[in-house]
Amino acid sequence: MFLEVRKLEKSFGGTSVLKGVDFTLEKGQVLSILGSSGSGKTTLLRCINALETADGGEIYVAGNKIFDAAHKDKLKNILNFGFVFQSFNLFPQYTAFENVTLAPILHIKDECKKQKKTKAERERLIREAEEKAKILLTKVGLADKMDSYPCQLSGGQQQRVSIARALALSPDVLCFDEPTSALDPEITGEVLKIIKELAAEDMTMIIVTHEMNFARDVSDKIIFMDNGVIAAEGSPEEIFGKNDNERLHSFLSSFYTGD
Amino acid sequence: MNFWQITLDLLGGFGLTALLFVLTLLFAIPLGLLLSFCSMSKYQPVKKITRVLIWIVRGIPLMLLVCMIYYLPGLLGTGTINIFDKMDRYFTALMGSSELLYYGSFVAVLIAFVINYACYFSEIFRGGIESVPQGQYEAGQVLGLTKGQIFSKIILKQVIKRILPPMSNEIITLVKDTALANVIAIPEIIKRAKDMAATQALTWPLFYTAVFYLLFVGFVTILLGYAEKRLSYFKA
Repeated sequence: MFLEVRKLEKSFGGTSVLKGVDFTLEKGQVLSILGSSGSGKTTLLRCINALETADGGEIYVAGNKIFDAAHKDKLKNILNFGFVFQSFNLFPQYTAFENVTLAPILHIKDECKKQKKTKAERERLIREAEEKAKILLTKVGLADKMDSYPCQLSGGQQQRVSIARALALSPDVLCFDEPTSALDPEITGEVLKIIKELAAEDMTMIIVTHEMNFARDVSDKIIFMDNGVIAAEGSPEEIFGKNDNERLHSFLSSFYTGD
Repeated sequence: MNFWQITLDLLGGFGLTALLFVLTLLFAIPLGLLLSFCSMSKYQPVKKITRVLIWIVRGIPLMLLVCMIYYLPGLLGTGTINIFDKMDRYFTALMGSSELLYYGSFVAVLIAFVINYACYFSEIFRGGIESVPQGQYEAGQVLGLTKGQIFSKIILKQVIKRILPPMSNEIITLVKDTALANVIAIPEIIKRAKDMAATQALTWPLFYTAVFYLLFVGFVTILLGYAEKRLSYFKA
């Protein structure tokens, strides 16, 4: 098991949003989380990424405990995860290139200070990070937009920069929180294409999405959340094929009939 | 007194005005930033005390605050003129031996101005900081940046861009508020012009002082406009 989430619980002001969620994910797999608004899927993703602190449960990556609700302050290795936001959250004062290199360069500077590395060594690492950023931005199809500011980019382009930004730190697991919900239907495809390419490269990913067809195509595993618990779990065939889960059935049919 | 003598005399007074302006900004901006953090603190006592302080300072006239600071040591029994006189001498020595500063009350005015403007600035800073979307902090957090890095590398510049227009207003108001220093007999430009009217029956210098203010405010406006332009390359 590469990623293991055990009994994750979270409540906001007395309202229980996650009521004990367990799941596992193998390296290289893609997991999609489906569910209606308020079912707890975004909260689940945010708890895994330490954007919220879960009230109960444990999280393991490659056998190492990275979160334990009993010792909230001690374990905070969130760099195992990359996170792509629904609303991109690019830094407006930096170019696409600077958005991607900002965090890696700051980490390099911190590391070099800690380990008392020479200036030449530091410069070399920074150049490597910059090369990597160029490669990533080229990969997401923005080689010609590296020096553009977020306000000069379309929503789809901004989201692709934010994917490159998350990849720049080489995360073990890349998480997407409704990555296309803020985009026009026409440009949704360009972002989904990138995610599909990443899946083909065996990137381990967790995707919260409302794009049913996309989830069916790209996922190795799907979780359907309802009211803070996992109501159904399985391969795309099992979830989208015949099943007798009434709640899942009504959720999916609302998508396909369009109401 | 001919025109040039009067101009030089007024210019000397305006030097005090400019000095008060620069020193107030120099101290009130960092203090305002500190107060804005305190007014957003998670610790309720710190937050409440800060907000009460801001309410009091913003609620009383600056002219009154200047007088209160000036007379406070006397009220407490330490001798009004004495303590500020000492501070002024010390301050004068610190700035190099310029006679310009030795009026016994400059430090009192400076303290009042710094407290007053720090409170106004802190509310502008708070508004600026709170208007940066939570997502900017979260994006920094998922990239593993520390709180300090998130503030200095991501938030600060966006805040500066957002607060420049309201800060410009306050800074221009500050230029003109310096005239209040004359309530405790600091010979700034308006005090000097008024003295000329009283002792020599010359009233035109009073009108003439407006030119100094207009030129200075014009200069400050151009500087702030330049800063705004420098930050116009991004949208926040």
